[in-house]
This record gives sequence, structure tokens and C-alpha cells, in this order.
Amino acid sequence: MTAAPLIEARALTREFVLRRSWLPGRAQMLRAVDRVDLAVHKGETLGLVGESGSGKSTLGRCLTRLLETTDGAVVFDGQDVTHLGARGLRPFRQAVQMIFQDPSSSLNPRRRVGDILSEPLAVHGIRSPRDIPVRLRELMDLVGLPASALDRFPHEFSGGQRQRIGIARALAMEPRLIVADEPVSALDVSVQAQVVNLFADLRERLSLTYLFIAHDLGVVRQVSTRVAIMYLGSIVETGETDTVFDAPAHPYTEALLSAIPVPVADPAARRRRILLKGEIPNAANPPSGCKFVTRCPYAQDLCRAQRPALRPLVDGRLVACHFPRAGTAA
Amino acid sequence: MLATIAARLGQMAFVMFGISVLVFLIFFATPGSDPAARIAGRNASPETVEQIRHDFGFDRALPVQYAVMMKRLFVTRDLTSFVNRGQKVIPEVLDAIPATLSLVGGAAVLWVLGSLAVGVAAAALRDTVVDRGLMILTLIGISAPVFWLGEVMNLLSQSRYHDTWLFSWVPGLGYVPLSESVGGWFKALVIPWITLAVLYIGIYGRVLRANLIEAYSEDYIRTARAKGLSPARIMLRHALRTSLLPFVTMFGLDFGALVGGAALLTEVVFGLNGVGRLTFHALQNLDLPVILATVIYASFFVVAANAVVDMLYAVIDPRVRA
Amino acid sequence: MSPLLDVRNLRVTFATDGGPVTAVHDVSFAVQPGEVLAIVGESGSGKSVSLLSVLGLVDRRRTTVEGQATFRGEPLLGLPERALRRIRGRDIALISQDPMTALTPVHRIGAQIAEQIRAHERVGRSKARDRAVALLRDVNIPMPERAVDRYPHELSGGMRQRAVIAMALSCNPALLVADEPTTALDTTVQAQVLDLLRRLSAEHGSSVVLITHDMGVVAEMATRVAVMYAGRIVETGTVAEVFDDPWHPYTWGLLDSIPPLTGPRPRRLPSIAGMPPPPGRTEPGCPFAPRCRAAMPVCLRPPPEQVAGGHRALCVLDAPARAALRPPRVAA
Repeated sequence: MTAAPLIEARALTREFVLRRSWLPGRAQMLRAVDRVDLAVHKGETLGLVGESGSGKSTLGRCLTRLLETTDGAVVFDGQDVTHLGARGLRPFRQAVQMIFQDPSSSLNPRRRVGDILSEPLAVHGIRSPRDIPVRLRELMDLVGLPASALDRFPHEFSGGQRQRIGIARALAMEPRLIVADEPVSALDVSVQAQVVNLFADLRERLSLTYLFIAHDLGVVRQVSTRVAIMYLGSIVETGETDTVFDAPAHPYTEALLSAIPVPVADPAARRRRILLKGEIPNAANPPSGCKFVTRCPYAQDLCRAQRPALRPLVDGRLVACHFPRAGTAA
Repeated sequence: MLATIAARLGQMAFVMFGISVLVFLIFFATPGSDPAARIAGRNASPETVEQIRHDFGFDRALPVQYAVMMKRLFVTRDLTSFVNRGQKVIPEVLDAIPATLSLVGGAAVLWVLGSLAVGVAAAALRDTVVDRGLMILTLIGISAPVFWLGEVMNLLSQSRYHDTWLFSWVPGLGYVPLSESVGGWFKALVIPWITLAVLYIGIYGRVLRANLIEAYSEDYIRTARAKGLSPARIMLRHALRTSLLPFVTMFGLDFGALVGGAALLTEVVFGLNGVGRLTFHALQNLDLPVILATVIYASFFVVAANAVVDMLYAVIDPRVRA
Repeated sequence: MSPLLDVRNLRVTFATDGGPVTAVHDVSFAVQPGEVLAIVGESGSGKSVSLLSVLGLVDRRRTTVEGQATFRGEPLLGLPERALRRIRGRDIALISQDPMTALTPVHRIGAQIAEQIRAHERVGRSKARDRAVALLRDVNIPMPERAVDRYPHELSGGMRQRAVIAMALSCNPALLVADEPTTALDTTVQAQVLDLLRRLSAEHGSSVVLITHDMGVVAEMATRVAVMYAGRIVETGTVAEVFDDPWHPYTWGLLDSIPPLTGPRPRRLPSIAGMPPPPGRTEPGCPFAPRCRAAMPVCLRPPPEQVAGGHRALCVLDAPARAALRPPRVAA
């Protein structure tokens, strides 16, 4: 916790244009990421959780500079990389790798696995041409695939195996930070567990840092040391995984946790279900005051009037709520 | 909504202007040629050429020339074709429009109905003999050149079998205006309609079949089947309705191009004095004023058709309106 | 009590370029009136295909469906299309997975609901529309009089799925088949939709066949559950039986590989080695044997069925063998 952050988002904002207008200032904007401050510390796995429209994927892409930021900064290892050009960004691109959700569409179907993996090794000069084949076999070993996989095409593999190839590709760069965007959502349950275990193994063996973006709270709890919950472009709660999951402070976190169907036959053993009213509001037109006010079961006048900032609690968490459900304000 | 229409019309005007400038430059400003001589046509006396040069302002700056040309074309409408002995161009084009409209309009009705029937039948009876037969027929329809088909029809209906009951009603080649005789107008156009429609039934029938088959694999068709709807209803109200979108787009563009004079070959083969035939003769004789007029007329229709189709798309596809 | 839907020895084979592929081998299950049967399995298990074939919603030209199925005692499989159409939508309704694509994009949702009503009942246009509005109100869609004139793309995913549920319930079907109804939805919306489904099916007195891959959903919604693997049902029983005392090693794997939300976190998530087989595997013997941690030489032969009342499993392991491998979980 006291380690310096490896990567930081400072007041990061990303807007999209919904409707253009001839008149200046009249275009309708969608603020997908709204002045977010987030830090990922070296060696930890930060789980970033949210539903659709939360902005978690957009935030992940902004942090890896796959998307440009509209405002704010991305600071990697103390260096501001927000506006670096392609050349200046090169070391960053090697150090920060992304793993995507759909393994079928993120691997070039026309290239063999070996070629897909060796390209970054050659381009970035990570290995000399002589050492590449050795490294490729190492990578396959790391992700639990046979060396024969190198000669095959992506479509010859199952979803879970393709995801392992995607992980191998990210690892080929010997990165320091891996941003994984819903890496197991598209996989069957039995395969999910394998890949989740792989992530844990790799973190230990290679001292990796992860930003793990997912909507599945069970998976997030399994892999993350810290967790951040996003709603409509803002972070509403962050803290140690156990603290947040055992006693959620933000009403949204509470509702999210209670919404998950639990595989236990005895109804008494399940959490009390909190059913949120309404739907996620239109991100282009968020409510004034607290963004969660339209659905919050505990909303009060202050919540409608003033948007709460992320404030620390005694147990080390940060919560953006006027009346947190657990913990005491610091 | 109004703003989009206004924007669209503005775009159209801009494109038209651009086309007119381009056409003008091509015809009248290509280096190494004398536009006055071209307008005068072949075998013109030097005095005529000099007269033209002065009238059209060819001795002045290019933008002035353009302005003069446009004025004579649209405002005063006294652009004359020298090849055709002083025949005024604009009225000539306007006179030719009814024939083209009649030909294209009638053919369009035929081809829309025909291709709907072909497309729906082929998709509904997919992979059966009927489907395969229809696909072969459509392929023939697409491959047979219009002028060839037209001449064959002429051969059969005008000369060979003219005396039989099948074709005895066919009048001689040429257009009969509607105002003159409705029956005559109709009889003169039946075979040209069929000839022109055959090609388009081929294309549209196949496209519709492909779209319908694709629609059938969609989830909402399965929902419709699960609702217990009849196959006819599913085909017409669900599959066809969504497949119509590309159909309508294509139709708008083809219709626009045809009205603009793309039915050239059909008009020539059947002796219908429409805009296409006019363009054809003008090209043969290198009658510049007429060509200029017909090109601008044709491009107007294509641009207009494009704009109409775009706006129509918003009407028929609710998803676009958002 | 005689079952509402009784499927016996269902076998579904697809004709593909690579030869015939059997997606469903000898599947039997029954749905009693008023109960919720969950059919759970991963991709390729054949869970959706089974129900779709029973309803005649597969591509008839490329699919062979064998076996028997009766609905309310009357034969369902092999019924001519015309008779099936009467049953579909009126007695058995389908809620399919992806609300984005399940509704026809060019028709308003009110019209699509009314269409179903008018296909089965002699109802006038305005009366059908009124019923559509009432149905939309029942599923908690705000301002139903306006929503009825909206196009599907104008609604959010959760709203669309609710409209689909409204449509499915429009003719008061005796049986609802819900094919992964919440998979494409957000967690909080999923909770709302499941709650709705549970309430409405109880109100209408409909039985539900819930096809899902999520064991949590099964525990929440179902009275009985059938676990499918590689085109076969490997275990059936009540939810309490299957969750508290699962018999089949695949069920063990499924339950254990779910990362827990409360309690201690396992260092490594127990997982099932290997991956689900592609459909059409025809080797004899237990289909799960290649991945089973309890596999024995005898598993190369077709597995027997273990039965105790309504609890069944397709496995050679008997009670003592199971107890040795995995003590039953005590209900908390």
C-alpha cells in the first residue's frame, strides 16, 4: 500500500461526441470517464468493476494509451505519458500490455501462433533472432500450452486456449503492467477457473502488476488484492478486496454484491437481495448531484444537491458517498 | 428534421455546381482545342465560328465563359444546337423527358413486382427445383445485353412473327405520347418495358433472395416462429420488411440513373425519342450543347435520387432515425 | 401428477459438411406443472438445442430429431407444422438469449406483442394493443402507453428483455422456455429480470424450463435441475439434492470452480482439466472420462445410472465411492 504507484490516472477524463452541431459548444458529449483518480501499485492486482456504461473499459484503454484522453493525465512510473508521441511512447508500450475479452477477434487469424508471438520480440529487440525460438517455447510453457501450438492457427484452438495465447502475447513483451479487459467473460465456467489460476500463477512467477477489469465480482474477488467500483464514469469506492466485499460502504457496491445469484441451495444462506429501481441512467445526461441518486435506496436531499467526492474512511478505503453504509469517515 | 433536409439540399446544390463546372471545363476548356469551333460543329464557316466566339464570350476569361454558358442554359434557355440547325437545346431535352419517364416508370413497376415475386419464391422454396430454376433464369436475365435482347424482341415482334396473333398488336418502332392515344402509348411500350425490366428483375431478384436467406438466420425470425406465426406472415412482415432496406436503396439509385438517361440502349433499339436517345445522337454527332445539357440533366437526377434515397432510408429504417 | 412436458430419448443430429454430428444423445427429462426446471451446461452441451428441437425451431432440412416428447399428454415431436404453430406462442412460449436481436428491428414492440396475441386469439386491433400496454406495465416498463410505440433499439437491454418476457406471457402459456434469459444483461439488471420472471411465472401459473450456464441462477430460480454435458444429462435432481449432495464429478467441478463471494478464498480455484468436447463426439463410454479426476478403466464403457428417488446420475460411482472422493456439503 505504501509502494509508489506504478501507473496513475490523475483527473482522467474521456469524452465522446454523440451528436455534432454547427453551433460551437452545442454538441452532445458523453463523458465516459469523469475526472478519475486511480492508482495501481507495484505488485498488486487492482480489480476494476462496473456494469455497462461504467467506463471501466474506456478507463483501461486510456491508461494503456490505446485511447486518447480528453483531459487529465496518465502517469507511469513517475513519468507523464499522456501526450507522448509514438517514439516517446515506445518504452511505455513495452512495459504496459493489454489482454482483451474476445480471444477470437484479437488474434490475427491469418498468422500462426508462433508468428504472432515472435513479432513483438523482433520489433522491440527483446530477443535476438537466434534466441527467439527458445523464448517462444518458454512462453508456451508459461501459459500451459504445448510447443506444437506455435505452428497452428488461432482458429484451431478453443476459446480458453486462445485466451492463453493472448496472455502469451502480452507476456512476450516482458511487461511490468498488464491491463486485462474482461479476460474471462467470454469463457465457459470450467475454463474460466483455469485461466484465473493462470493469472495468479503468472503474477507470482513474474512479479507482475495487474489492472483486472471485469464485471464478474466472484472472479474479481479471487484475483484482486484491491478493488475499485465504477459507476457512470466515476469511481464510487475503492479499497482492499476483503474490506469492500465483506462490508461494502457504497450503496451501489452493496446492491451489486447482493444482486449476484449465489450457487447455494439454502435460501437463508443468501444475501438479502437489494433490488435497485430503474435502469442505469443515460451516460450522456447524468443526474445532477450524486450520479447514483436515481437508483439509490437511501437517497436523501443532500445527495440530489451535491455530488460526493471520494473521501477516505478509517479502514483505508475511499468512498464517494454522503452516507456510506459501512466504515467511519477518517 | 428540417435542418437535415435543408443541409441535404445545400449539399445537392453544391454537388450540382461542381458537376457543371467540371463538365464545362472538360468540354470547353481542354487545351489545344477551340470550343467555338466545336460548338459550331463540322463544316462551319469561319464567320459562324467567329460569331459563336463572340456570343459565348470565348474571348473573355474562363469564369465569364462559364457564367455565360450557364445563363444561356438555364436562364435565357436559348442555347442552340448548331449541328441541328438552330434547334433550341433545352426545349429539346424537355420534350424528350416524357418518353424516358414512361419507359423507365413502366419498367420499374414491372421489375419491382417481378423481383419481389422471384426473390420471395426463391427464398421460400430454397434449394428446390423452383429456386434453382429461378436462379438460372435470373442469371440469363443479367447476362443478356439489353440491346441484344431488344433487337431479338424486335426481330420476333416486328418482322418474323408480326402477323401472328402473338405480336400483331405491336405497333411500329417509336414512342406514342400518352396525350395522343392511351392504347397506343401502352402498346408501344409493352415490349420495351419487358426488355428493360428483365435485367433488373435478374439483379434485384437475386439480391432479395440473398437478403431474405440471411434474414432467416437471424434471431428475430426464430422469435417469430416461436410466437406461432404463419410462415407467410413471417416471410412478408418480418423477413421481407427488413430485407427491403437494401432493396429500396438500390432501386432509388438505379431509377435515378435510368431517368437521367441510362436507358440509352433500350431507347435506341426501340426508337423511343427519350433523353437517352437524344444523348446517343448528340454523342454520335459531337453536338456539344446538347451533350452539355443532357449530362447536367442526368447528373441532376442521380444526385437527386441519392438524396431522396438517403432521406427515404430514415423513413423505412427506424434505427437510422435515432 | 402427469408431467406437463415429457421428453424421452431425445436425439438430435445435424448434417454438416464434415458428416453428421450428434449434438444431443438420448436425453430424457420431464417438467411438472408449476415447477421450474433448470437445464445447466456449458457451451456445446446441447442444452439449447434440446429444447429448440422439441419445439421444432431448428432447421428441419439439416436436422434429424428422434425420440418422443409429449405435451399435456399429447405427442409433440413429429407433429405437423400447422399443429405445432398453434402450440407455439400460445401454450409454450420462448424467451431467447439476446434481447438485442430477438425482436424485429423495424416493428414497434407493441405491434409485435399484439401480433402474437392476434395470431392465437380472436382479438381486435385496439383490444390487442390495450393488452400489450397492460403486459408492459406488468413487467415494470415505465410509461407503458408510450413504450408500446417504441422500436426495439430505443430501449435498453434490460427493458428489451422485459418486453420479450411480456410478449412471451401474452397468451398465458402453460410452459415458458427461457434460453439464457439474463446472460447478456448487467448484474443489477439480471437480478431485476430474474425476480420478474419468478414472480410472473408464479402469477400466471406457468412452468419454466430455464436454460443457463450459471449455477447461481439455478440455485435462485429452479426447483429441479438437470446438468448436461456433451449432449447428455449427467445428473438430475432437486436443487437441494444436486447442490448439497452432487453425485457426478462434472457437477462437482462446476460447483467448485465458481469463485466464492464470501468465506475463505482458495489459493487456487479448483478447475476441471481440459476443455468441453466439441459436439458430435461418438466414442462409447462416459463422455466426461477424459477430464474426470475419478476416471477408471471401467469408464471406457457406457456408464450406468445411479438412482435414488428423483436424484439420478450417469456415473459408475456409487454412494461409498462418492463419499470417499468428496464428502457431501452440509447445508449451512
